[in-house]
Amino acid sequence: MKIIQYLGLALFVGGLLLFSLIPFIGQFTLDAEITDKKIKEEHQELLEVLKPMYGNTYSHQIAFVNDFNNYFDAYNDRLKEEEKWDEVIYEDYAFSITKASAHGPVQQHPWLFFAGALLLPIIGALMYIFPLHRDEPDGIKNNGTYFSSMKNRGWLGILTGTYLIGFYIILYWNAEYLTNLTDMVDGLSMFLSGEPASQWFLYGCLYTLAILVMGIRMFRRYKGNPYQIIRTYSVMFFQLAFAFLIPEILVLLNMPWHDFKNIWPLDYDFFFEYRIEGMLGSGALGMFMLVWGIILIILGVPIFTYFYGKRWYCSWICGCGGLAETLGDPYRHLSDKSLKAWKIERYMVHGVLVFAVVMTGFTIWNYFSGFGLLGDATGMLHQWYGFLIGAAFAGVIGTGFYPFMGNRVWCRFGCPLAAYLGIVQRFKSRFRITTNGGQCISCGNCSTYCEMGIDVKWYAQRGQNIVRASCVGCGICSAVCPRGVLKLENKSEKGRINEHPIIIGNDSIKVEN
Amino acid sequence: MIEAANYCNHSRDRHIVIIGNGISGITCARTIRKRDHHAKITIISGESQHFYSRTALMYLYMGHMRYENVKPYEDFFWEKNRFSLIHDWVTKVDLAEKKLFFKQSTDITYDILIIATGSIPKKFGWKGEELSGVQGFYGLQDLNEMEVNTKDIKHATVVGGGLIGIELCEMLHSRDISVTFLVKDKHFWGSVLPEEEGSLVDRHIREHGVDLRLSTTMEAMEGEGNGKVSRIKTDKGETINTQFVGLAIGVTPNVALFQNTSLEIETGVLVDPYFRTNIPNVFAIGDCAEFREKPDENRKNIEQVWYTGRMHGETLGYNLTSDKAHTYQPGVWFNSAKFFDIEYQTYGKVPATLEEKMGSFYWEHPNGKIGFRITFDAKTQAILGVNALGLRVSHEFFDCAINNQWKINKVMARLNEADFDPEFFDSHITSILQAYNHRFGTQITHKKLSFWSRLTGTSL
Repeated sequence: MKIIQYLGLALFVGGLLLFSLIPFIGQFTLDAEITDKKIKEEHQELLEVLKPMYGNTYSHQIAFVNDFNNYFDAYNDRLKEEEKWDEVIYEDYAFSITKASAHGPVQQHPWLFFAGALLLPIIGALMYIFPLHRDEPDGIKNNGTYFSSMKNRGWLGILTGTYLIGFYIILYWNAEYLTNLTDMVDGLSMFLSGEPASQWFLYGCLYTLAILVMGIRMFRRYKGNPYQIIRTYSVMFFQLAFAFLIPEILVLLNMPWHDFKNIWPLDYDFFFEYRIEGMLGSGALGMFMLVWGIILIILGVPIFTYFYGKRWYCSWICGCGGLAETLGDPYRHLSDKSLKAWKIERYMVHGVLVFAVVMTGFTIWNYFSGFGLLGDATGMLHQWYGFLIGAAFAGVIGTGFYPFMGNRVWCRFGCPLAAYLGIVQRFKSRFRITTNGGQCISCGNCSTYCEMGIDVKWYAQRGQNIVRASCVGCGICSAVCPRGVLKLENKSEKGRINEHPIIIGNDSIKVEN
Repeated sequence: MIEAANYCNHSRDRHIVIIGNGISGITCARTIRKRDHHAKITIISGESQHFYSRTALMYLYMGHMRYENVKPYEDFFWEKNRFSLIHDWVTKVDLAEKKLFFKQSTDITYDILIIATGSIPKKFGWKGEELSGVQGFYGLQDLNEMEVNTKDIKHATVVGGGLIGIELCEMLHSRDISVTFLVKDKHFWGSVLPEEEGSLVDRHIREHGVDLRLSTTMEAMEGEGNGKVSRIKTDKGETINTQFVGLAIGVTPNVALFQNTSLEIETGVLVDPYFRTNIPNVFAIGDCAEFREKPDENRKNIEQVWYTGRMHGETLGYNLTSDKAHTYQPGVWFNSAKFFDIEYQTYGKVPATLEEKMGSFYWEHPNGKIGFRITFDAKTQAILGVNALGLRVSHEFFDCAINNQWKINKVMARLNEADFDPEFFDSHITSILQAYNHRFGTQITHKKLSFWSRLTGTSL
């Protein structure tokens, strides 16, 4: 078994290396035909601008992209100098032109690279995962967590975090370097949506695969715990079907790409002009998308959260939650449990909610007032929100920081939907984590393994139920508790918040907490 | 009840000094501070700067947590609540002058002294006890010693079939060290668990690959020339090669500091039901205290459990800050533990051997890893106690049922309210009830929940 696992690790690392090298192989040649095909009619000038590149064969992508950017930027700078503001090109052609100019092994044998850089690591990972805990009885498997270099900010953890951060930075702001990788999944994209793969399709593939493969790891790790297993099936299903397949199929049917389980304000551009136009322009199904989205916001969130707490979304459905609960599971204990962190968290997460609400308010007002006065301000808000929150926070920090600050950095400090769900959960919900009388021994396992950084034992050791806005109901505190003290449940609101619980067992006197 | 003036010093700026920062001492300090803003409170510990959860020590060795994780309060807590902490060992107590002397710090005086020094591992006087690689397991220093003693070893032996014994087995097992576990009784924890429960745990210990030897005791330990333990001999005449011996035959009050003082000591520091020692303004709580008379016929003179330590601390803290002092009256007994992967909870009275006129009903899951027992008064049918292994049950429910002497049929009829297993777990309540009905010829049923109320939890 050990040999299979080591072999699996080797395959995984080998595949990952290949994946990381793919952007560096192949040749790139641009000609007028490609340029003409990729640019809009009003940008015909570019045909001339890029002329010096035509026919040159670049032996690697960086040189090609550098040259392209040089010519492109020089042209724009000239226009700006001449104050020809309406001719300045704001479109991003770097990705599409680079992709179209590539020719090399990846373009010739995309499926071969698909197999080597995607299937191989998956097979390797599964070879490692399936034998995990095979001969062990059911139970919690945290042995050695804090001795692990990967899980306890050792060199492996730092390396992993750095790789992830680097990947996200390139994905969001320099995707033209990833065109080879997208070519590798072109076939799959064509099959699903009839379109060649963008960087976002590549990202969707990786994201979904991470949830599926690491979801299988969850089954091994939490075997014997039905709550964890069913919950993991749920996030795997919603990612695969709702976030990955259905949106692509919608594109195939000439509909806008749409994730039916994503809810504003997490889905922060739901009310942006292009989204609204897209939905309104797509017939009955488009209208359904709009109405369904609004129903989720104003009815779905409060009603489901009233009955089940925010867990119905955060740890059962949400894509960010799905990744955190699978890929991020090995890092859950790295979240900061201090009171200080909680204070910062409350300012930040509610701050982002306010930002999202204000931005959306402006957007809607603008929409109805015919893009008058506030056009520029709204555009600016959109840009800054997209850059700061949508990309830097949710992506780079949200996932890249798993090995440094735990798997829920985004959900805890940044997600505006989590903030909204949390307000409902705190003040009007039947959900709580019940503490079992006086059985807590303050051991600290619950707090340690709480991904949201809740100091669970602070409540449990005083016999108090845990009712916190941030709790995503992952159920791990209950699973790791060695004394059976914690139970997640939906029960009557009466007695949910027991401010002055008494540790039962002492008949001498009653001391209130 | 005793009037405050006759109980302790109540001066406004009295200095209360607590020796020991375990659960008893800290609960006492917290309770005092909640009710008295003026008293000066000093907590002394040579073991650690801050309070940590002793019950979680094993998880540090197993890599589940770091030391920071097992501190129940953040470090700012102590200053915020004006607790002075002295991290030093007390070397001498002058009870007449009310003075404490330390290994390093300067001596201090107190107005009220609370002794909460806990326990030390019991030793038996075996031959070879002094060898290196032989140790007990109680505190942080033992943990550090064990790190050194078990580095790169292959085989270990644990002696003593109780809670610390099985914890040591689990700890060693987590580091891939094979373990021989010597248990004196016919089954694990024979002084507390009835045979069925004990056997259930025995099977689980073996399932983890531990070499469990029942009805076996250690005769002697032997070492090589280098002073390290290398083998042990059992009473069966076997020799077991081992590089580590964990002694876990129990703990005994840590009272060495008070030997040859005017403080009355037997095994522990003798106290009355108000935790008063024979010396005014000196009190003792927790593991180190020994009641002159049992608090209750079902209780022992020395209570060495986390929960009782907490109750001692709470009661004394209340008494020191109250108009009237109350006697210590523990309610329904409860305790819990975890044996490798099997959780154990107990409420009320479930003795290892059934007493006369005591009825008992035991159910076990076919997988042999989940067990449930109820004991009751054979005459009145009133519930006496419960053991639950591998399933979680509600403390509040059984505290209420046992306190109010519910008849066993009533308990069974409402047993579904006692289920504390996580959502989606197979409920064993129905199987338990069926087995009960079958055995006692009863027809008790539980109300079936509608789909809607199961979906939303609205009926609960």
